[in-house]
Amino acid sequence: MTNTVTHHLTDDILRDYAAGTLPEAFSVVVATHLSMCDECRAALAAHEALGGALLDEGDSVPMSAGGFAACLDRLDKTPAPVATQIRLQPGALPAPLRDYVGGDLDAVAWRNVGGGIRQAMLQTGGKASVRLLSIPGGKAVPDHGHHGREVTLVLKGAYRDEHHRIGPGDVEVAGEDLHHQPIAEAGEDCICLAATDAPLRFRSWLPRLAQRWMGI
Amino acid sequence: MLQSVPSETGYDIPPRKTRYAVGHAKGTTPGRKMALKEQRESWIEEMAMIRDHASREAFAALYAHFAPRVKGFLMRSGAADSLAEDTAQEVMVTVWTKAKMFDPSRASVATWIFTIARNRMIDAIRKQNRPEPEDLGWGPEAEPDQEDVTALEQETRRLSKALSELPEKQRVLVERAYFGDATHSEIAAETGLPLGTIKSRIRLALERLRRSMG
Repeated sequence: MTNTVTHHLTDDILRDYAAGTLPEAFSVVVATHLSMCDECRAALAAHEALGGALLDEGDSVPMSAGGFAACLDRLDKTPAPVATQIRLQPGALPAPLRDYVGGDLDAVAWRNVGGGIRQAMLQTGGKASVRLLSIPGGKAVPDHGHHGREVTLVLKGAYRDEHHRIGPGDVEVAGEDLHHQPIAEAGEDCICLAATDAPLRFRSWLPRLAQRWMGI
Repeated sequence: MLQSVPSETGYDIPPRKTRYAVGHAKGTTPGRKMALKEQRESWIEEMAMIRDHASREAFAALYAHFAPRVKGFLMRSGAADSLAEDTAQEVMVTVWTKAKMFDPSRASVATWIFTIARNRMIDAIRKQNRPEPEDLGWGPEAEPDQEDVTALEQETRRLSKALSELPEKQRVLVERAYFGDATHSEIAAETGLPLGTIKSRIRLALERLRRSMG
C-alpha cells in the first residue's frame, strides 16, 4: 500500500505532530496515514530530528537537589518492560485507528446521516473532531467550504473533486480557501477518516439545517 | 569542554574526551557556539552501556545532560516547576527501561529522548492521548547498519549547525513551534534547514527494513 500513496501530509501538519502540538483528532488521521506511508514516516523523523536538536541546545532548568536519587529510586521500582513485539493481525484498518474504533472495520458503530452516507464519530480530547465517513459509490458529499483545517484520509475506495483523485492511503489537507464537492468513485463505498477543527460550512440551506442534528 | 557530572548524582564520572575533534577550515575563526557544537557528544556509547551493562554511571551522565533540558522543554510547554521535575524524572526512567528500543540508525539520542519527553508532555500537560503509527518492527534483534548510524550522526550535526546559523528571528519562530506556545498559522515550514537530507537517509533505512521483512 505504501507505493500507491500520491497525496501526502503537509510539512506544517507533520511538524505540529512531531512537536506534539497537533490536536488529538488530527493526530489520529496523521498516525493512520503514517502507518500506510513510508514517505511521510521518513519526513516525520526529520521533523523529530529538529525537535531533538532544539532540545539538545535549548534552555535547561536545574533539577532539584534530590532529583537524581529520586530517579534511581524509581528505576529500582520500575519493572523491566515486557517486550511488546506483537505482530498485529493484518486488518482493513491500521493499528492506531483500530485503537479508537475498538476493533476493525466491522466494529464501527455507523449512524445513517441521510442519502446513504454513514458516519461514526471517534472519541478524542480537545475541540477538534474526527469521524469515519462512508459514502456510497457515485454519491456526492454535500458541497462545502471550511472554517478551519480539514484533513481527510481515504481508507477504501476513492473520491474525486474538481482538483484531484484521492485514493486509498491518500490524504487531502484543506484550508479556509478550499470549496469542493467530492464525489465517491463508482463501485465500492468510499470510506474515509476526516478531522476538522471547525464545523464544515455547507453552501445551501438544507445541509445547514441538517448540520444541526447530524452533528457535523 | 569535557563532560563533568554534578556531584549530586553521586557518581564519579571521569571527564572523557569527546568523540569529535574540534576541526575547522584553515583560516577561519568559528564562533564559540559552533566550536561547541562540533564537539557535542552523540551519547550513543552511554546508551549501549545502559542497554548491555545496566550502567548507572552512563545513566548519570545522560541524566546530567538531558534531565535539565527535558525540564526546560516541559516548562516552556506550560508545566509548573514541580510537574516538570516529576515528568522529567519519568522521562529519564523511560530512557533507562526502553534503552533496548533505541536505534541509532533511526534517530539521535537527543531526538529519541525528545520524542519520549513530547509524549509525556501530551499526556501529563495537555491531557490528551497520543496516537502512534503502527510499529514497523524496529527493535534490538536487527543490529543497525554502522554506515546508517554514522550517516545519521553526520546529518544530525549538519542540522544543529544550520539551526545555529539561522537568523535570530527565524530561530525563535522554530523554537516556538516546537515548544508549543505558537499556533500553526504563525509559522511556515522550517525553511533553510537541511531536513530533506535526514528524510532521505531515513527513507533508505525504511526501504532496507521493508526488504528484510520481505
